[in-house]
Amino acid sequence: MDFRNRDVVSIKDFSKSEMDYILRYAKKMIPYARGERHADVMHGKILASLFFEPSTRTRLSFECAMNRLGGRVIGFADPGATSQRKGESLADTIRMADAYSDIIVIRHPQEGSARLAAEFAASPILNAGDGAGRHPTQCLLDMFTIVMEKKRIKGNRIVLLGDLKYGRTVHSLAYALSLFGAELVFVSPESLRMPKEVIEECREFGVDPVSTSNLERAIRDADVLYVTRIQKERFPDAAEYNRVVGTYRIDADLLRHAREDLIIMHPLPRVTEIDPEVDKTPHAVYFKQAFNGVPVRMALLSLIAGGRKI
Amino acid sequence: MKELKIQPIRNGTVIDHITAGQAVKVLHILGIPGSTSSSIVSVAMNVRSRIGRKDIVKVENRELDRHEVDKIALIAPKATINIIRNYEVVEKHRVELPDEIVGIVRCSNPTCISNSPQEPVKSKFLVISKDPPRIKCYYCEREPEDIAERII
Repeated sequence: MDFRNRDVVSIKDFSKSEMDYILRYAKKMIPYARGERHADVMHGKILASLFFEPSTRTRLSFECAMNRLGGRVIGFADPGATSQRKGESLADTIRMADAYSDIIVIRHPQEGSARLAAEFAASPILNAGDGAGRHPTQCLLDMFTIVMEKKRIKGNRIVLLGDLKYGRTVHSLAYALSLFGAELVFVSPESLRMPKEVIEECREFGVDPVSTSNLERAIRDADVLYVTRIQKERFPDAAEYNRVVGTYRIDADLLRHAREDLIIMHPLPRVTEIDPEVDKTPHAVYFKQAFNGVPVRMALLSLIAGGRKI
Repeated sequence: MKELKIQPIRNGTVIDHITAGQAVKVLHILGIPGSTSSSIVSVAMNVRSRIGRKDIVKVENRELDRHEVDKIALIAPKATINIIRNYEVVEKHRVELPDEIVGIVRCSNPTCISNSPQEPVKSKFLVISKDPPRIKCYYCEREPEDIAERII
């Protein structure tokens, strides 16, 4: 299996066996991600971290991953301090980053930006989120979290909750989870239902997802509850946002209906979707999930640009 | 005697088997009538044929190039192109969508990077179905619903 110098723009850039390989490799990275063991497979390598949009976890965990592997990081977290402000094209910014680094991580507000970056860079491009588009490393770390908590993805009943229409990262997640044989339940307000092309894609893998608005019922036999934030910035219309925000809230009262071993995931940041009192329960794995970004990104960096394997 | 509704042309292009009702869009794609175009153009709509109704466009003194043909295939996938010289058909082929459509259709997603004027890229679509035509933006992966309206 050869990952060397590959771009990671969409989760669909990987086959099932490649995803499986990355997840297994990420598991090996855990002691390195915790700092218990030391690695230097990225020694002498430079990562360009180009964040044109705000990010906490994705940026820090990529930078942490590169540092833990013995590499160095250059970049910016605020495009206001770059020539973008003077009207420079993304293509030119990428050409510069390509000249200064060995691997490029990009988050950008426009969909398709990572694909464009991949056209202009010789170095591999890792998409850290392109607008409402794709976020493949988030998808991998979500899958990794399920594998770590539930041993496998196959056969688990996974509820995806929230904005399933505009939140396109859940589209990639639904694709990947069906590829691995999960049972899927889509819970959302009527107006934010999962698009039919995503459901059709799940069916191609033999998964027949259930769509409903009733969270209380869906949660009863769920193994995993994946909560997403309803993102105001993705709505074309403020009135539509106001109608649906606050529809679902995960709290102790709701969790009385859940199984003991239900795990709750969230890509974070959360706003009001999960009551902070849930954090103390064994259901909450979203902070572990955020940590899992480090071993998963270490695995990817190492496979794509590392000098040798761990 | 059967009366011909449209006379044969001496030189030019006949686009036959256009999906009924799409002739006007074909003209739009071809930029006809354009300010610099002096070609005589005949249009027949809802013509009866063996395979049902169809539209026909005849453009005198203009031979369509491949780039234009590709564009037509997006809205009239069964169309045939006949190049006429001195009343003879010298070339005839059915339009066929290539696997990629570059610089012809604008992405329907306003925040797609391919719609940014400062980026040095042309729009690019991958063809996911040739008949009926379905295309997906190479950059943002969105599928435009009404392709005809998105033609540049």
